[in-house]
Amino acid sequence: MTDNLPTETTPEALPAPPLPRTRMQPAIQLLTSAAIIIGGTLLFTTLVLLASGTAPLEAYRLILSGAFRNPRTIADLIMLTAPLLLCSAGLTLTFSAGLYNLGIEGQIVIGAVLAMVPLRLLPDLPPPVLWLLALSAGASGGMLWALLVGVLRLYTNVSEIFVGLGLNFIAIGITLYLVFGPWKRPGVASMSGTEPLPEALWLPTLEGSRLVPLAPIIALVGISVVWFALTRTHWGLELRATGLNLAAAERLGVPAHARLVQSLAGCGALAGLAGALQILAVYRALIPNISSGIGFLALLVVLLVRFNPVWVGPVAILFASFSIGSIQLPLQLGIDSSIAGVLQGTLVLFALIAQGVQERRR
Amino acid sequence: MDVQIRNLTKTFGSLRANDAISLSFAAGNIHGILGENGAGKSTLMKLLAGFLQRDSGEVLLDGQPARLHTPAAALAAGVGMVHQDPMDIPAFSALENFFCASPRRALPSLAVARQRLIQLNQQLGFTVAPDQPLARLTVGQRQQLEIMRLLACGVKVLILDEPTTGITAAQKTALFAALRRLTAQGETVLFVSHKLDEVAELCQTVSILRNGRVVGPQLAMPQPQAELIKLMFGQEGAPAPPRPTTAPPTPASATPVWQLNQITVREGALTVSNLTLSLPRGCVVGLCGLDGSGQQVLLRLLAGRLRPERGQLLLHGVDVTRAPYRAFRAAGIEYLPADRMHDGVIGALTLTEHLLLTRKPHGLIINRADACTQAETAIAAYNIKATPDTPLASLSGGNQQRAMLALLSAECTGLLFDQPTRGLDVVSARAIWQRLLHRRTEGTAIVFASADFDELLDYSDLLLVFFGGQVSHLLPCATMTATRLAELIGGVGFAEVAARDG
Amino acid sequence: MDTQQILINLAAILAGAAPLIFATMGETITERSGVVNLSLDGKMLLAAMTGFAVGVHTQNVLLGFVAAAGVGMLVALVLCFVSLGLRLSQTAVGFVLALLCTDLSSFLGNPYVRIPGVAVPAQPIPVLQDLPILGQVLFQHNLLIYASFLLVPLVWWFLFRTRAGLTLRALGERPTTAYARGVPVLPLQLLYVLLGGALVGIAGAAYTLDLKQGWSYRHIAGTGWIALAIVIFGGWNPWRVAFGCYLFGALQLFATRSQSLIPNVPTQIFQVAPFALMILILVLVNAGSNPTLQRWIEQLPAPLSQPVQHVLARLNTAAPAALGQPFRRP
Repeated sequence: MTDNLPTETTPEALPAPPLPRTRMQPAIQLLTSAAIIIGGTLLFTTLVLLASGTAPLEAYRLILSGAFRNPRTIADLIMLTAPLLLCSAGLTLTFSAGLYNLGIEGQIVIGAVLAMVPLRLLPDLPPPVLWLLALSAGASGGMLWALLVGVLRLYTNVSEIFVGLGLNFIAIGITLYLVFGPWKRPGVASMSGTEPLPEALWLPTLEGSRLVPLAPIIALVGISVVWFALTRTHWGLELRATGLNLAAAERLGVPAHARLVQSLAGCGALAGLAGALQILAVYRALIPNISSGIGFLALLVVLLVRFNPVWVGPVAILFASFSIGSIQLPLQLGIDSSIAGVLQGTLVLFALIAQGVQERRR
Repeated sequence: MDVQIRNLTKTFGSLRANDAISLSFAAGNIHGILGENGAGKSTLMKLLAGFLQRDSGEVLLDGQPARLHTPAAALAAGVGMVHQDPMDIPAFSALENFFCASPRRALPSLAVARQRLIQLNQQLGFTVAPDQPLARLTVGQRQQLEIMRLLACGVKVLILDEPTTGITAAQKTALFAALRRLTAQGETVLFVSHKLDEVAELCQTVSILRNGRVVGPQLAMPQPQAELIKLMFGQEGAPAPPRPTTAPPTPASATPVWQLNQITVREGALTVSNLTLSLPRGCVVGLCGLDGSGQQVLLRLLAGRLRPERGQLLLHGVDVTRAPYRAFRAAGIEYLPADRMHDGVIGALTLTEHLLLTRKPHGLIINRADACTQAETAIAAYNIKATPDTPLASLSGGNQQRAMLALLSAECTGLLFDQPTRGLDVVSARAIWQRLLHRRTEGTAIVFASADFDELLDYSDLLLVFFGGQVSHLLPCATMTATRLAELIGGVGFAEVAARDG
Repeated sequence: MDTQQILINLAAILAGAAPLIFATMGETITERSGVVNLSLDGKMLLAAMTGFAVGVHTQNVLLGFVAAAGVGMLVALVLCFVSLGLRLSQTAVGFVLALLCTDLSSFLGNPYVRIPGVAVPAQPIPVLQDLPILGQVLFQHNLLIYASFLLVPLVWWFLFRTRAGLTLRALGERPTTAYARGVPVLPLQLLYVLLGGALVGIAGAAYTLDLKQGWSYRHIAGTGWIALAIVIFGGWNPWRVAFGCYLFGALQLFATRSQSLIPNVPTQIFQVAPFALMILILVLVNAGSNPTLQRWIEQLPAPLSQPVQHVLARLNTAAPAALGQPFRRP
């Protein structure tokens, strides 16, 4: 019956008057936003650093420059950015469709698990074929896990947030079972994961480095495809319409539920690819913490840039550099590396605040 | 309590909804505030009730300046308002609604509240049972509940905004009797309406608003109707609406757009059963009834948004009983909902993007230049005040409504429109109907639901009356009067027009 | 399993679910007032860490709880500022705060990892503890657990039997109506979100100062998300929410006990399983609202379909109608 109740309407259905726009306004807006974001973040993290008895300047110097210290850290930075970028690209799709895909962690994990399957079952195939198989298996695994989110969300009406979280727990359970059960190392099973892959199956690295050139290439292709799909195709427009107003999109003839599920499938495939790269190019084994929190970090990246695919790249690099830069903090300053997460979270929080302040001004 | 308004002004953006309004209302009387839709009556009343904040001007209660900046302040000062959509809480029972947020002084406990509610019911001749869930009350009963709640809160000035919309004739009689009794006890009642006969029947004085201003002096009733009409609409009097010029086709002449055979359809608690109906081309069918009597159920059924439980639905002679929504769209059926921003259009997208969504051009990649040209054509053809790149949310109501019409495909054969002109000013409303009637002459079947009798009587060829899920047969509009329609909607004599089974 | 074992298990479930009771009651109050506070997971960790640290420094359990409640309120205040004040998505802000607080707890809690601290002292209730059966299950705990028993009826009574509770629910159902009736909508929402935040903070400290008696990185991660799921499972009704908490407590206990029974399954699985199961239960309960399923149930023979429909209808409670939508003054 509540459907029949009149909805609240503003008196006489008034129009929001178009504001006179001067040429200066965008610049001023940008400056205020930047001031809020940078000022707020610096203020808050400095307080946190002081509270822990750390010299803030030294900590900032290490976090900001640590990733660019030497070729080794730069390689690490790229190898973290690549899966982060893939996940952020995927989440740009789901956010555009209006979904909070917190299940992305599980999608990475299942992608990694499925990528392991051909590597373990058919180790005698020529490596390039095997890589292709592993990457496709990873993408399909992630997609499958994301489709499960979509189906459960549509058929049970439970928010995708909780369905996704539940599936994350299950994915972690599966990984633990494999690492400690069927795929355990000869001898004793441990949290350090399965037996490393034979070196012949590792994706080729740059000479004397941990950098796998294929990883950033795949990531760049991924984000470009997402950018193109969202901004230049009818499919992308329909996806955005669904995310902005599902009921209206459906009325205008958009197959909205299909678009929701497709956005999840796309995100899952990209996350699964990231998981496969974690296996093939980073850890070279299945470890319990194979996702390394990259999925949630990607959620922060995409929330910061407000689903704009153009800015995903730079912000992903920035966030990855914080993570890499802070790795040396425990040794150099005796503080925990989670300050990177504090910095990233605070940045997003103040970005939201800045956005809110701008919208209130209108 | 005497109410004096001095130079009250309220603007929304560029619109001056109330422009320096000065009025005074003496205690113990029923004062009519008359004006057509969009004249600024509701805004003025919401300012008095503290629901909206004035830009300038002042209000005096019994000669003392009053700060009515919030509903809390207005209630404390003794001013209460019954909104046109009753402001209540659907999930609560009648008693909980009555008790919710009442001052502790007036209703110290739930038990006292129950006593008071029963007592007020008797005193005013109302029929609200305390333990009914609100969802089971009619609009009229919800309004009665609000009146009793405000009285229990000790309100001395009672504002009613279009209280007779959507209530039965019996409820209206009870309401008027109750209001007279209240003024006898010293209450001041402000009665807002756009219906002349009601104001004439009930009020001691009448003030007239037009385009946000007071027109003429406050008049003591009775007054000659012609005089009031002239004040309401200006010198030219009530303008004639654009009437359909051609006769509607006789229903049997061709394949109807929709043919319903023994359809039963259900949505929520409401069931429309055993409906057999044939809706022809080139014909405007008006759906009338109290809010939620089944009009929306029929619209959504005809649009393919709701599947029938039993029976058969033919579209242009093709069985679509189990067909999905997109099959209806492919057959040229379009559905325009009442709440534009809710499920009508996507506020953040532009007209160009909407055209891209609805026109479904071939290919994978968007041709933006082409779509932009189309948008410019539509803007010119439909007189929409916007650019191709304006988000629809920032258009005015009338422009949004025209944009929705511009999005209709040229091959539209059946148009379903819920409240086509609700919330629009008279000029915009008329422009919408000009478009719709043009479509009618091209053969489109138009089915619309409205709460506005004038709109129903002015534009329909045929009428369907809904009463609690029951449906009348198709009634020719030419022989219908507003009074008769009001009776039918309230169920008086409905059995005579109810569609027979089979 | 003998009777004694059953009683021990029951007492363990009641004690183990106590922190969740605090968290879910807090969130029930918050959501009933129309605001979703998605930051629970991180907020509980931060409060747990703070409560423990304050306990270590002051050697005072009570001060630890006060500090934890303060942290919960502080985070809730940030959420209110951004989502009620600036009207941004409550989901987005809550999620960011959840991650931010988790990392803050790891960073600031670094010095306190696995060091001895203070704990809530056991306080069996005289006389009552000697009751047969009930005594052992209910009355041999500490003050915190007793408080969790009292909290559930208290919250229910407040929400459904008081004038203030009626107004609170009105905020979550239709804030515009509340406003039109003179209720100060935003200040009241702020008040209840803060109250909810304080309870969630206490829940965090209940882990470090009682149940787990110590702090380590992310050791209760996931609990906050489960608390949110339980509030939905419980249909925003304190009794049913409490039932969800004890159900989850039972799942956890069962998982721990099964470890020794099925030795060839890795123990880590048993730690994750209750979380997955709880969400699965939520999904299953909600599947009852699916129209296809309902039509299918209707076609069952009447003696079967009616009780099933009845149960499903009871299980499906609607969320507060305005949940998550920020109030805008007309």
